[in-house]
Amino acid sequence: MANTDHVPAIEVRKLVKRYTKSKTNAVDNVSFQVRQGEIFGLLGPNGAGKTTTIGVLTTAVLPTSGSTCIMGIDVASDPISVKQRIAVVPQQSNLDRSLKVREILTFHAAYHSVPRKEREERADKLLDELGLGERKNEKVNRYSGGMAQRLMIARALMHSPDVLFLDEPTNNLDPQSRLFLWDRIRELNKQGLSILLTTHDMDEADKLCERIAIMDKGKILVNDTSSELKKMIPGGNALEIRLFVPDSVGADAPARLKTTLEGLPGVSKVEEMAPEPAPVAQAAAVPAGSWARFGAAAAAAAPQEDPGVTTYRVYAENAGSLTGAAAQAVLASGCEVRDLHLKQATLEEVFIYLTGRHLR
Amino acid sequence: MHTQSRFSLAATAFWAMLNRDLVVTGREFVSFLLQALMQPLFFLFIFGKVLPGIGLAAPAFVAVMLPGIVGLTTLVASMQGVTLPLVLDLGFAREIDDRLLAPLPIWLVPVEKVLFAAIRGIIAGSVIFPLAWLILGDRYAVRSDHVAMLAGMIVLTASVGAGIGLLMGTSIKPEQIGLMFTLIFTPLLFTGCTYYPWGALNNIRWFQVLVLFNPLTYAAEGLRYTMVPPIAGHEIPTLHIAWVLAALGTSVVVTLILGSRTFRGRVVS
Repeated sequence: MANTDHVPAIEVRKLVKRYTKSKTNAVDNVSFQVRQGEIFGLLGPNGAGKTTTIGVLTTAVLPTSGSTCIMGIDVASDPISVKQRIAVVPQQSNLDRSLKVREILTFHAAYHSVPRKEREERADKLLDELGLGERKNEKVNRYSGGMAQRLMIARALMHSPDVLFLDEPTNNLDPQSRLFLWDRIRELNKQGLSILLTTHDMDEADKLCERIAIMDKGKILVNDTSSELKKMIPGGNALEIRLFVPDSVGADAPARLKTTLEGLPGVSKVEEMAPEPAPVAQAAAVPAGSWARFGAAAAAAAPQEDPGVTTYRVYAENAGSLTGAAAQAVLASGCEVRDLHLKQATLEEVFIYLTGRHLR
Repeated sequence: MHTQSRFSLAATAFWAMLNRDLVVTGREFVSFLLQALMQPLFFLFIFGKVLPGIGLAAPAFVAVMLPGIVGLTTLVASMQGVTLPLVLDLGFAREIDDRLLAPLPIWLVPVEKVLFAAIRGIIAGSVIFPLAWLILGDRYAVRSDHVAMLAGMIVLTASVGAGIGLLMGTSIKPEQIGLMFTLIFTPLLFTGCTYYPWGALNNIRWFQVLVLFNPLTYAAEGLRYTMVPPIAGHEIPTLHIAWVLAALGTSVVVTLILGSRTFRGRVVS
């Protein structure tokens, strides 16, 4: 075998997949690379083409055009060599329900020609590591969703793959199981495993992945590190200041303050935010009637945003460092700080920015 | 790692998959036997013991019917060994994914299923003999000069059953199971020359032609040829053994090829 140290773990070039009877491409001219030892995330809503992409890479889906390689091996022309090097953890459990838990692992390893002694030892070790050692002689129908997910990961590791595919690994898991899995995934990665995971959970992508490709409608929109992606949103990093302008400071105080803030180092823009609409305003506009009257009364009683309160967003390269200076500027102008916080961009906002839609 | 030859990888994976199926069946062996043998047991009892006992069937009928029961049991047991598991697996369980990701050509996965199902059929068909001997007593009559041929017929019948099972298992959707079993199983059972020899259908010519489209007809007739001893010095007429072998052989090949293709269509999109 040639030296494979420098080939990408996964390489996808101009991949297109159109299912028969479909009028659109499920995967539409997608290209990306995953380096060896990297955790790479495909982030996107359901139906974006993530699972189809994994399907092509794991020999279950035939590409319409384009090429894919795993560890330098072409998937279409040599699927058997590829299968030796990959492992797949699918979205839904496909565990063998006729076997006991430990047998699921040992038979899987046997399918991959792992010698008996080795597979028995590895099964016990993995079951212990994943916290399933005490229930290894049960059948899986008694397992919870989180345990089944862990077992599928254990099974995937039985034949020592180079590349691991995780399709929505923590979907439908409780928060504790999810954190446990995240830890395991990071550990596996530290041991040198290259990982491609799909998710529609931006938090998951953000916390686990070194690089993230955002996918929508079969296309990769962007592909970069989480922090680079967040920089895409204009003013991804902003300081938001809510302040109260007392009557005593004069009507031009807000304007003067804005000029001061604009003068702070590194500030690109200061924006006065439109006040959020009062939640009951609509109810008050309903035509007469008992409910409308009730609504109007409620609107009158609701604590309205103080008329003297204004919100500014200060966009800057490093808005976090301006916290002190901004607060001082507000105080110097005679206004009162009601709230001051750093506005962090999320991947969700990146997705909205790119597609105009929410992830889910 | 990755140093083994393709052939040894595939052979190891194939054997491990077969071993998995045998281990699972071994654990539920009693329920497997009950499932396979309940119906033939009652057939043997009613047609071999009760009807002749009350004078409604000629004693020779038993000798003619027994090969039909062996054929039917073998065929159905091997069909059941692959059809239902595949329908459920390809429909939603997807347990088979694990084997599809093993380092062997995909077509070997259905071939393994067929081999395993055929083994089930051979076991079920073979168990009929001691059972028949116990139930029928004096009326048990199987010639012993065609034993090798008989073994071959059982293997062939089991292979046909498994082949049909593969084709059905890969074509039927889970929601169609009930209907398809009625539409396929019932005609298969009654047009397969199980309870009557083909030669006796001379008077109902259209039916005699129709049953030739059922592989079970050839299985039953071939088994008759190898099992039924001469009655009153006469060999009973059966379909020519060459036709039997040709028809069963063709059925195995055709169902395997078509079944493997539909299988591939279901697992690779």
